[in-house]
Amino acid sequence: MADAPKIDEVTGTETTGHSWDGIEELNTPLPRWWLWTFYATVVWGIIYMILFPAWPLVSGATTGLLGFSTRGEVAAEIERVELSNAELTRSLTTVDLAALPANEDLHRFAVQAGRSIFAANCSQCHGAGAAGVVASGYPNLLDDDWLWGGTLEEIAYTVRHGIRNEDLDSRYSEMPPFDWMEDEELDQVAHHVRSLSGLDHDAAAADQGAALFVDNCSSCHGENGLGNRDLGAPNLADAIWLRGGTHEAILRQLNAPRHGVMPPWGERLGEAEVRAVSAYVHGLGGGEAQIADPATDKGAEDAAAVPDATYPARAGETPEEAGADDVAPTE
Amino acid sequence: MSKDPKDPNYRPSDDPKVVTPNEARATGELPNELPHHAKTITFHQRLERNATLLLAASFAVVTVGGIVEIAPLFWLENTIEEVEGMRPYSPLELAGRDIYVREGCYTCHSQMIRPMRDETERYGHYSLAAESMYDHPFQWGSKRTGPDLARVGGRYSDEWHVDHLMDPQSVVPESVMPKYAFLADARIGTAGVDDLLATHRFVGVPYTDEMIDEARADMRAQVDPMGDADGLLERYPGAQVRNFDGLAELTEMDALIAYLQMLGTLVDFSTFSPDDSR
Repeated sequence: MADAPKIDEVTGTETTGHSWDGIEELNTPLPRWWLWTFYATVVWGIIYMILFPAWPLVSGATTGLLGFSTRGEVAAEIERVELSNAELTRSLTTVDLAALPANEDLHRFAVQAGRSIFAANCSQCHGAGAAGVVASGYPNLLDDDWLWGGTLEEIAYTVRHGIRNEDLDSRYSEMPPFDWMEDEELDQVAHHVRSLSGLDHDAAAADQGAALFVDNCSSCHGENGLGNRDLGAPNLADAIWLRGGTHEAILRQLNAPRHGVMPPWGERLGEAEVRAVSAYVHGLGGGEAQIADPATDKGAEDAAAVPDATYPARAGETPEEAGADDVAPTE
Repeated sequence: MSKDPKDPNYRPSDDPKVVTPNEARATGELPNELPHHAKTITFHQRLERNATLLLAASFAVVTVGGIVEIAPLFWLENTIEEVEGMRPYSPLELAGRDIYVREGCYTCHSQMIRPMRDETERYGHYSLAAESMYDHPFQWGSKRTGPDLARVGGRYSDEWHVDHLMDPQSVVPESVMPKYAFLADARIGTAGVDDLLATHRFVGVPYTDEMIDEARADMRAQVDPMGDADGLLERYPGAQVRNFDGLAELTEMDALIAYLQMLGTLVDFSTFSPDDSR
């Protein structure tokens, strides 16, 4: 190796002094901007390691001076949003459901929130438009035919506890199979059931079926087939069918009744969201009115007293920032 | 004549590659051989001249990065926090998990709810490391053509899962999911499920001898609501015992739905308090 730096004649650049088979290596220096950028990233890396969680140690990682954590971030974000709606969610959780539709602002909040909750959790079975799937027996929620009651209170109960699931308070009904009856008898009952809602039927067979219906079906469905919501027995006279109203579909249900299952949502969603989604479903068209009892209804007054029930909540503004009193984040 | 410098017959003039410093001084060329007093070839130069050594040394350097960044996670006590309720999968759930993997469900469905508000709003509590501690391999996924399934358990009825797997578009018209109706026709035997458990024990899942001995019986017991499931429930607390697909036979549909209905239901979140440092 030469002691003094050797300059390549052609380029005027210093060489490294290495030569392989006469090929020499130029020692072209890195551009200054590149070098300084590189130094800057090294410095940034060191600062980052000090400020943020970085080094895994024996029993945990260094936490960093800023105390950053993704769990902390998401918890703060959830709390921020909950606080921004805290007044409304608290009112919604405590209000008497019968009085909810009268409280316009709160009701609007509930329906809007319920729309999202429905899309995320309910639409898979009941359909994005809540029209259900008749072929598979998922109930239509748009009509005014309710198996278990169509008031806000009843809908909320159904959402909270579900139907035929492991929740001890869930709705439960079970139609026994009538496959022990003669095929002819079943046929007559089916004709009678179709006659209840004025569908095409064999009048003679339906007359025969009427007696069988009274003996075997009326204890749940009622003598006139109007159903019984306390038992979850469907109204058979309204031409709305959960699993199809053709003669064959009715026979199928008589022989081997199918029973849908709805999961309980109370624990998963929480009371406020259960009420919100109930308000949404109630407002889809089939919701039934419920008379509020003002004497026993403290919640309705509380709800009516909500001072500033604006929706949508102003993003990034908690009630404190808006000048409201301290409120605890709702669960 | 030799080109080996160690050979006594070696003459630099015979080797055109070598330009000694003395020659260089005379001819004005660059020397390419070190002076005698610097004949110790430095370690770096030796590395540059030996491809195998260079490979081994580069690997060693990269390994340092791995040891510092990755290896501690395997031993750190706080990587997987202790949670109530997590247990190894029951034989039927594990068989269903195999079907989940076989059918490539992970290519469209993740099982990883990230700690972000929009995800927790839709799917529930963010996923914990402990929830995939018995997954070999894990099913976190990185692509969501369909929704995340980390907490799909209990969200829908078994009947819905059957309808949906048979023909996804019958319940979700806009879905692009393929039909899996054949699962209902594919009977699944219990033979080999004990070996499956043993294999998972081999890679670290704490299955006991009893669990492996009873695996075949447990697999049957979980789809028989009329049978005796006490042993199963004792070994796998919280296991759901039902005829999942409504069919008389034990099918792959049973196993897959049993697995799906278990997902995300094991951890008892009422006893869980998040530690920010994790």
